[in-house]
Amino acid sequence: MRVINRSPSRLTALALGLVPFVATIVAYAVASHYRRLENPADKLLPSLESMGQAFWRMAAVPDKRSGELLLWLDTFDSLWRLGTGMALATVLALLIGIGIGFVPHVRSALAPYIATFSLIPPITVLPILFIVFGLGEVSKIALIVVGTAPVMIRYTAQAVLDIPREMIIKAETLGASVWQMVTRLVVPQVLPKLIACMRLSLVPAWIFLISAEAIASTRGLGYRIFLVRRYLAMDVILPYVAWITLLAFLLDRLLLLLSRRAFRWHHLGGDAL
Amino acid sequence: MTVSQQPKLSVRGVEKYYDGTPVLERVELDVAPGSFCTIVGASGCGKSTFLRMLLSQELPTRGDIMLDGRPLPDEPTPDRGIVFQKYSVFSHLTVAENLILAKEFEAATLTGRFFGSSRRTAFSDIEELLERIGLTAARNRYPAQLSGGMQQRLAIAQALVKKPAILLLDEPFGALDPGIRVDMHELLLGLWQDLGMTIFMVTHDIHEAFKLGTRLLVFDKIRHDPQAPERFGATITYDLPLSAPVAGPRQKPEDIATVIGVPFSAEAAIPSDPNHP
Repeated sequence: MRVINRSPSRLTALALGLVPFVATIVAYAVASHYRRLENPADKLLPSLESMGQAFWRMAAVPDKRSGELLLWLDTFDSLWRLGTGMALATVLALLIGIGIGFVPHVRSALAPYIATFSLIPPITVLPILFIVFGLGEVSKIALIVVGTAPVMIRYTAQAVLDIPREMIIKAETLGASVWQMVTRLVVPQVLPKLIACMRLSLVPAWIFLISAEAIASTRGLGYRIFLVRRYLAMDVILPYVAWITLLAFLLDRLLLLLSRRAFRWHHLGGDAL
Repeated sequence: MTVSQQPKLSVRGVEKYYDGTPVLERVELDVAPGSFCTIVGASGCGKSTFLRMLLSQELPTRGDIMLDGRPLPDEPTPDRGIVFQKYSVFSHLTVAENLILAKEFEAATLTGRFFGSSRRTAFSDIEELLERIGLTAARNRYPAQLSGGMQQRLAIAQALVKKPAILLLDEPFGALDPGIRVDMHELLLGLWQDLGMTIFMVTHDIHEAFKLGTRLLVFDKIRHDPQAPERFGATITYDLPLSAPVAGPRQKPEDIATVIGVPFSAEAAIPSDPNHP
């Protein structure tokens, strides 16, 4: 049988999926082992145990200076910023995206502007945000919004334009007002696509969050890894990176689950990743 | 067609141009209430354009279309129902939700949605309709889970919820198997006889056109410029009453098929309905 026609069983699929992860960990452990054979105080590739200990210290042992559990505090702060920023971007995407996609006059007025705005490299706006909003929470959240909203708006507008014209005309012949078409046709048709767009936008959102925290913050996951970088504390940085990755993965899966639960009709025709 | 009645719909000197290229020209038509007009023609002859103008999805470049003696509204309205070949029903709503939607639009101006007991009442009101279109068992399924024939039955039922005076069908059965089509014909003829609306149906199937219609409209170009094929648009070249006794050399399906350049094959013939007037 040709290789393209053979599918793995569930168990094989799981094992195959684990192979690259295990291989990475093993390769790291081996490299770390040999480096520490030469220099037991090596800081570059700390052992898995020392990383585990550092992670435990961050998660479960109160900080000597502040008496706080740093990992959870950092996680809470970062997720709050990320969530607020993404929520604002999503609301903007719905409001402006539907306006642009559904109402030709709004499209003429705003589409070129949003297209131009989305080309500004968001990180170049960060100094402006710091100057205007100060170094507090607002400027970090604003960076996430500036970085993700324009693309989400354009994606949503396109999703509205992709609704078959037949459906919109059918709604008109069923006596729907524009507002009713928005609430009963456009929003339900667009929401699952907007969730897919949120999943993709989480990647840049994390980048902007970590950047903003690295530059000006007193808490947060990005702040922490850039703080301990000064001491070459790879035993903290690496587990933090893994932790951020896990959080990002869980958010992505949660959004997928939400989409499958709330918009079952959208996932009937077989699903991608 | 009775002459004494006021026409349900009249078309006066309608022309349609796309970027200066004529698609339709000099279209004149009067249609009596309760007629079932089938529209045939070669591909690209503007028959779907004509239907879209009757729906106000597109507006004529010149000329007037009058409904009950008044100009058509310039956008789609509930007095004209539509069934497209596909995408006619809402993919995010179940069969039952698709059918109560028009009532929700009417009753709930702000939300466009029924809640609680009004929702239950609306669902129980459509039982009979579901039964008639044979979708009772599929009431909670989404359109993507239905066969093509079931989707079109739903689309027709949904288009008739608002009791439109005119029903427009744009190749509604074009994607269906011949066997399924016969069932759809029976459903459509039954609904037409019960509700008495005026129907315009574009079809590629010349037998379907002859079987269902009380009047057959053939769109074709009558003027040809060999140097500039795009120079002239199409118009109604044949307007045949089908309920009247067939007479004349050009009034058989074979002849019309030859005229509009559609391949005719006897095997494709759909058995005619003996109950049809």
